[in-house]
Amino acid sequence: MPRNPSRPLSPHLTIWKWGPHMLVSILHRITGAGLATVGAAALVWWLVAAATSAEAYADFVEVATSWFGILVGVGLTWALFQHTLSGIRHFVLDMGAGYELSTNKRWALVTLGLSLALTIAFWLLIVGID
Amino acid sequence: MRVRSAIGEVRGLGSARSGAHHWWLERLTSISTLLLFIWFMVSILRMPSLGHGPVVEWLSSPLVAIPMLLLIVSTFWHLKLGLQVVIEDYVHEEGTKLFSITLLNFFTIAGAASAVFAVLKIAFGGDAS
Repeated sequence: MPRNPSRPLSPHLTIWKWGPHMLVSILHRITGAGLATVGAAALVWWLVAAATSAEAYADFVEVATSWFGILVGVGLTWALFQHTLSGIRHFVLDMGAGYELSTNKRWALVTLGLSLALTIAFWLLIVGID
Repeated sequence: MRVRSAIGEVRGLGSARSGAHHWWLERLTSISTLLLFIWFMVSILRMPSLGHGPVVEWLSSPLVAIPMLLLIVSTFWHLKLGLQVVIEDYVHEEGTKLFSITLLNFFTIAGAASAVFAVLKIAFGGDAS
């Protein structure tokens, strides 16, 4: 887009003091991109392996239950919870609510805390499954 | 020196008439994906085992295969809309942008088709192994 370089740019990322709302905002995009790539690939692999054969499924389980697979799995579930919660936060913001500084900060912090709690709860429940 | 600002170039041309639609579909698919993922996560936690036999048996039930197919379509649709915005925000060169979005569409459809085929094979195949 043509722009007159002599005109000033508005102050950008570098001058602001970091706050939870900024973290949640960029995490929404990062977790979304992670889920859309790694998460989607894992879902497709799981389903295709299940439809192919017991051996193909065993290959998936072997990778998924290795330390690396569990690390990715925990990361994906955290990303899912964080993206879901910050997505719900976006719905509230889309309606024009929650822009007061203290409210905005509080709900940003709530999404961070709740996504961690849900991830821990989910994995405590899943280790009970065969 | 150019005296016309960027806004002057586009003023009067109107909007592209597709931004609001994209925005709305992103919200719509986020709600459907959210509901389907609540079902999916609860179902996973309620499975007695995540081994091959139990998973195939679970997926072969219509009451599981149908929401699973909806989940695949909803999720892939939503991720395509989301990643497209990310590309549009960071890739500014028109050729690279078009190429990236084309690749995104190809991978989205290929991924969704593979997942849908897998579920249908299990659902229609009876004994899938």
